[in-house]
Amino acid sequence: MNVQLLQEKANAVRIGIIESTHAAKSGHPGGSLSCTELITYLYFHRMNVDPLNPKWEDRDRFVLSKGHCAPALYAALAHRGFFDPSRLTELRKLGSFLQGHPDMKTTPGVDMSTGSLGQGISAACGMAMTAKATNKNWRVYTLLGDGECEEGQVWEAAMFASHYKLDNLIAFVDFNGYQIDGAVTDVMNPTPIDEKFASFGWHTLVIDGHDFEAIDAAVEEALKIKDKPCAVIMKTVKGKGVSFMENNYKWHGVATNDEQKELALNELKGANA
Amino acid sequence: MEKQATRVAYGKTLAALGEEKMFFVLDADLSGSTNTKTFGDKFPERFFNCGIAEGNMMSVAAGMAAAGVPVFASSFAMFATGRAFEQIRNSIGYPRLNVKIAASHAGITVGEDGASHQCIEDISLMRGIPGMTVFCPADSAETQWAVKKALEIDGPVYIRLGRYAVEQVFTDCSNNEVGKGNVVADGTDIAIFATGITVAAAIKAREALAEKGVSAAVVDIHTIKPFDTELANYYASRCGVILTAEEHSVIGGLGSAVCEAVCETTPCKVIRLGVNDEFGTSASAGVLVSHFGLDAEGITAKALKALGK
Repeated sequence: MNVQLLQEKANAVRIGIIESTHAAKSGHPGGSLSCTELITYLYFHRMNVDPLNPKWEDRDRFVLSKGHCAPALYAALAHRGFFDPSRLTELRKLGSFLQGHPDMKTTPGVDMSTGSLGQGISAACGMAMTAKATNKNWRVYTLLGDGECEEGQVWEAAMFASHYKLDNLIAFVDFNGYQIDGAVTDVMNPTPIDEKFASFGWHTLVIDGHDFEAIDAAVEEALKIKDKPCAVIMKTVKGKGVSFMENNYKWHGVATNDEQKELALNELKGANA
Repeated sequence: MEKQATRVAYGKTLAALGEEKMFFVLDADLSGSTNTKTFGDKFPERFFNCGIAEGNMMSVAAGMAAAGVPVFASSFAMFATGRAFEQIRNSIGYPRLNVKIAASHAGITVGEDGASHQCIEDISLMRGIPGMTVFCPADSAETQWAVKKALEIDGPVYIRLGRYAVEQVFTDCSNNEVGKGNVVADGTDIAIFATGITVAAAIKAREALAEKGVSAAVVDIHTIKPFDTELANYYASRCGVILTAEEHSVIGGLGSAVCEAVCETTPCKVIRLGVNDEFGTSASAGVLVSHFGLDAEGITAKALKALGK
């Protein structure tokens, strides 16, 4: 694993998040920035995908259950070669192939339409079950928000994955601590998320979600676990990489203005140097 | 022919179809009632019980379909379309995935279980989703047709099934066309548009009406969406009065579909017979059918009233 390359890609993804949401004048930069390392890791190191054949049957699948963080997914797909990064600024515009939330019918590389919280992890379970029932070796990865874990459906899915021993499924939780209305522990405390997954029969890990080595070690461990799905709770920083957005829930669902965009890009481009 | 519930025909058709086609079947702890068990017993490796978690089941079905395998997902109509409406809308409908939602125990013929289990809003809910095909078969033969057709359709389908045993109206429905009403009998004074259990009742009502000198057409609307707008307008023009009969709320179901179809081009009198914006209640299915006027007598009386006779 080339950590330096992944860091460069992650930075390019962050720049894409800022530029696309700025152009759209809306979107969700905070949670997109907190899951950037994970999505970068999956698309640039872990997943077996083919940008020239996005619907390739035997590809690994990724379901962005926290669908509002589409800007991170789109930027990763663009830089991975699924489409030209210059098109990221088409986000959220009329007729765009980059809808506000992931649409598998319009965006090359998007494996599942998501956006309504709690449903993506269930769809990921359906995919993993299909791989098992048809004797395929491809794997399924899904990413949830911490606030999303307040949805009851997440736990219905957790029960299903455990019951059917979906050891080809890894669910990551972007534990950045904030949801739209504030800190998750203030709004409706979903913690301890790791213990909840463990009690549902999952193999559970808690890691630093901005550390590529830690993400890789977690996935390598998960791949060795048989007969159990694996949950990786990633401690992250909401708005990571842009100083004025970090740990500020007000950046959950608003885009930068022109001045803020320049400030953010200067920071990110400085990090690239 | 012996009476048979459409849910029973559904289970048998699935089991037969499983021999030749690859698909999965999901249920939410009601496989004995929805009859998916008939398939599950024969193809256990392709049957997945999701437990009492309908929302998860619908999104699991979506994931399976997204991975390339068509899915039949079953529960009672109340829980399939009511509790899991948004999963159907967002996980299945929006991505236009190959999931066939086959829901049994629709309407008031659930019987004794009462209002909590008598779904009279499912047609309304399902036909509101863009791209959803909605089937409401009248008997076993039509159920067999609908289930086979559902698998041929590339996209989401809703199949409305009943709990109680119904008379066999048709012997072969292979000439049915998706989105085309089936004219069972022509007539000139009033057209009765029926769906599901009311088709058999409408045929009997037609005979009673004939005795009173009324010429009634009977149209079997097995596909509520896409709706046969052309046929509705034809009968609006031909008869001037359409009576719709359905085991569903008069809001949003077949009656509404007919009104929508005729209002812009051939406005005519449309009398909607169904459940009048109220909940069901406990009683045997037969008693309830009569109570809500959905039997031949009820349809006949409504038709005569509509014609001022």
